Amino acid sequence: MSIVRSRSGGIATRVVEYALLVLFAVIFFAPIYYLVVGSFRPGDQVLSGIQGFFPSELTWDNYLDVIRRFSNSTTGYLWQFIMVSVVVTAIVVIGGLLVNSLAGYALARMRWRGRSFVLVAVTVLTIIPFEAVALPLYFMLNGSRNTVFVQALPFIASAFSIFLFYTFFLGIPNEIEEAARLDGAGPFRTFFSIVVPMSRPAFATVAILTFLAQWGSYLWPVLMVTDTSVRPLPLELSVFQAAQPPEWGSVLAFGVIFITPVVVVFLIFQRWFVASIASSAIKG
Amino acid sequence: MTLSSIRTGSSRQSRAKRRNRPPGSGAGPLMAAPGLILLTAFLAIPFIGAVVMSFFRIQLGNPRPPRFVGLEQYARLLFDPDISSTFLRSLANNFAFAIVVVPLQTALALGLAILINRKLRGMTVFRTLFFMPLVFPLALVAVIWRLIFARDENGLLNGFLDAISGGAIGPHDWLGDPATALGAIIVMSIWQSVSFQMIILLGALQSVPPELYEAASIDRAGRWSQFIHVTVPGVRNTLIFVTLLTTIFAFRLFDQVYLLDKSASINIEATQTVMFQVITTGYDQNNIGQGSAMAVVFLIIVALIALIQRRLIRQEGGVE
Repeated sequence: MSIVRSRSGGIATRVVEYALLVLFAVIFFAPIYYLVVGSFRPGDQVLSGIQGFFPSELTWDNYLDVIRRFSNSTTGYLWQFIMVSVVVTAIVVIGGLLVNSLAGYALARMRWRGRSFVLVAVTVLTIIPFEAVALPLYFMLNGSRNTVFVQALPFIASAFSIFLFYTFFLGIPNEIEEAARLDGAGPFRTFFSIVVPMSRPAFATVAILTFLAQWGSYLWPVLMVTDTSVRPLPLELSVFQAAQPPEWGSVLAFGVIFITPVVVVFLIFQRWFVASIASSAIKG
Repeated sequence: MTLSSIRTGSSRQSRAKRRNRPPGSGAGPLMAAPGLILLTAFLAIPFIGAVVMSFFRIQLGNPRPPRFVGLEQYARLLFDPDISSTFLRSLANNFAFAIVVVPLQTALALGLAILINRKLRGMTVFRTLFFMPLVFPLALVAVIWRLIFARDENGLLNGFLDAISGGAIGPHDWLGDPATALGAIIVMSIWQSVSFQMIILLGALQSVPPELYEAASIDRAGRWSQFIHVTVPGVRNTLIFVTLLTTIFAFRLFDQVYLLDKSASINIEATQTVMFQVITTGYDQNNIGQGSAMAVVFLIIVALIALIQRRLIRQEGGVE
């Protein structure tokens, strides 16, 4: 790489590269900037062409309006939407890490009857997208609509996550587990105290991908949730923005509240996030 | 990804088999059980359910029991003028979306990955900005872009075009006009998800041995020729994977269209997709049997794409 750089790292190249970087940075960031600035503009000025991009007057009113608006049982409470999203996402991420890593481990490192059949079955199931089974699931689970658990339960197990863990565990040298076994550790003990701490990249990747998918999950809540009390954030956002007449300032403030925790987590773990997705994709 | 993992997986596994391993206890099934039970309950059984339901006429809340209609639901997809025209339209939209998005997004992702792989000052900031759209859920993306594409002079895009053209370009109804509605969805989708492909390709780029570039530059290969002879072969497998992944996602297209249809009166003729049809037929119109038949067709398409993926990657493995 160093030679390539010295060959092609002329000033003209640099200028072109920076120009492209800035251009794409603007393209990627402009909509986000528009969201944040819009959330601080007086509601009637959000939609005002190019003016919406250059603030002349900023206010907290939209945020106050969101808090005021979602503080009675008819509209639902803001903290409730946040709690539902947090609880559902936590169940899916934590439960998923536990259940899928155990299954991946059992498939990769243990001998048992039916193991190879299960391995093939899991592989086949990775092909089936949730969208294809949404209707029968809706039909089957119709009796337990409007609960928090029905929003989380179908997403805990994931054939794809099992597969990521499976491939990762295959790569762990066997000797370490054998040593643990000779010390008298049972399979569960070996897994939790030896294998799990060694497998942070796999756990991080699955956690990140699951978190992003679940935090933004929309289709299943559309089918399963009609009650404001168990509405997750994405569904409430879509209901709120469909209101007539739309109050854009408040909708955008709601959007900022929705995305801020994710962006904060992303900024803190940015390097990790990028490295783990890139490396797991390469492994695959 | 999954299918190539099987390949590397099985070779490692056979290596593991050769070692002496104590016979497994009952812990294996016990460890696998929770995941497998949940997968069976929420994926395998509903999948069989979708196939079974596609042979029935089912309405939720209808006192009359489901009626077996055989292949009628499938026949209607092709021959019932009311249903087939919309369904074929949806299928065509899915293909149009895929044909534009797959090459465009993959090429863009590769270009961006090469760009951010350069070691330049301030790159961390650029990388952060490039990755950020990825964490935005589609429900929020739809809100933002709905305002950007808003139809009158108050829309951001219209305002921008008005400003740079000095008023020569009049406002355009981007989401309402059938000529631009699908294009608007495409722009929105690429903005939100190109970073994902970019990250994967960045990882692949970094795994290309630097010696290859050094050898190429000793051979006096120019940048373009290095790109063609070193970079592209080096990331070939990842490119195939990314392309097929994007194709599968193109057929899953639902959230954006459904959201904008409910709230922004997007031109639905030009943007409805198979998944959109599945949900509106099965859920909004309470015609679950018909919706299931569409879901099964959708699944067959996704499975075909996955099969092609397996075929392509295996071919590559043979060359190695």
